[in-house]
Amino acid sequence: MKILVTDKDGKEHELDAVTDWSVMEVIRDSGLEMLAQCGGSCACATCHVYVDPEWIERIPEPTEEEIGMLDGAFNVNDQSRLSCQLFCSEATNGLKVKIAPGSY
Amino acid sequence: MTEAAQQTDVVIIGAGPTGLFAVFELGLNDMKCHLIDILDRPGGQCAELYPEKPIYDIPAIPMCTGQELTDRLMEQIKPFHPVFHLSQMAEKIEKQEDGSWNVTTDRGTLINCKVVVVAAGGGSFVPKKPPIKGIEEYEGISLFYAVKKMEQFRGKSVVIAGGGDSALDWVVNLQPIVKELTLIHRRDDFRAAPDTVAKMRALVAEKKMTLKIAQITSLKGQGSQIEALKLKDETGEYEYPCDTLLAFYGLTMKLGPVATFGMEFQNEVIPVNTATFETSVPGVFAIGDINTYPGKMKLILSGFHEAALMSKKAFEYVHPGRKYRFQYTTSSSDLQNKLGVEEKQEQAA
Repeated sequence: MKILVTDKDGKEHELDAVTDWSVMEVIRDSGLEMLAQCGGSCACATCHVYVDPEWIERIPEPTEEEIGMLDGAFNVNDQSRLSCQLFCSEATNGLKVKIAPGSY
Repeated sequence: MTEAAQQTDVVIIGAGPTGLFAVFELGLNDMKCHLIDILDRPGGQCAELYPEKPIYDIPAIPMCTGQELTDRLMEQIKPFHPVFHLSQMAEKIEKQEDGSWNVTTDRGTLINCKVVVVAAGGGSFVPKKPPIKGIEEYEGISLFYAVKKMEQFRGKSVVIAGGGDSALDWVVNLQPIVKELTLIHRRDDFRAAPDTVAKMRALVAEKKMTLKIAQITSLKGQGSQIEALKLKDETGEYEYPCDTLLAFYGLTMKLGPVATFGMEFQNEVIPVNTATFETSVPGVFAIGDINTYPGKMKLILSGFHEAALMSKKAFEYVHPGRKYRFQYTTSSSDLQNKLGVEEKQEQAA
């Protein structure tokens, strides 16, 4: 099970995902630069990622809480998500995300 | 400007849960504390990031919120009368000839102490800055992240960015004195208090201000003076003239001046001796999320444990020549006196 993560320099990394881990946790565990300051409690908006357009419809929709917390992120668009709220499973095998400015 | 130094035994930098509990452990060992914190209230991340979120891993408290944990710690340390210096940042520490330390804040507060404890967590909470290249040029001249003097905005064409309480409160407060006011937010939904949102909507309806659903992508100006913002919305990108921008995107943690205090750092955290939680600088300790050692886990309960061990070593600096007495609060009348246990029992009776 893999996810593909583009870092702040535009380089893509293939990371080993673990079932039920958040995408933020997988990114942090890999050592890629990401602030993720609140540690995954949907309280800081510093794990902001852009989900690849092909994937955005295939993952569960954000909660009201996540949408609200995105107010603290920058350059938010239709692909914006907080990676602490995206969870890995077989269904997300191959998920592509890009770490957003303001989160590194 | 320096004022006369205030005297205490220990200065704790950071009033989060670890810093607060350190007051308790130090207090039991006869050490008085002052705490410095950049936030306007104690609690650190518990107060700023998750006051309403439940915490489940505090020993013997199956569930409490960040705010409840803070409130309980404040209650627990009350007998030791800690002194708080809030809304300010510890800026430097200087060793004195007599071995004591002078701690100075960015507000000019000067405290002389025998021991410094850094309990600064992830660093100081500072305003989030939009990731726009060259944004620093405008800061303090035409771009602000806080309002210190309302008068400086009189007669200006002001844009306020954000959707939380800070943004909306300043919309309501500044509208009567500015020339033009625009609120920019990425969506037509606001997290601020409903009452303030209603006031903003009324101002918009009365045409006393403008609401734009858009995001700022860049700034345009001469020198340090903003002349226009580049905004992006569903229809595309366009320029929006203004002379002042107030950006309220919440707070973020930055290490700040503590990095210059002289102790060794490793990847923005401070290595410590795990017997004492002393840093590479004798008399300066680091506890909680800001320290590192083999096996470190960034948990509140780790910070509590570290505070207890730190206190034992700090005692040697604060009370040289005095023998450290290890006691239990359950049985020691000495500790119970310090905690005011008898008074509390009398009050209860």
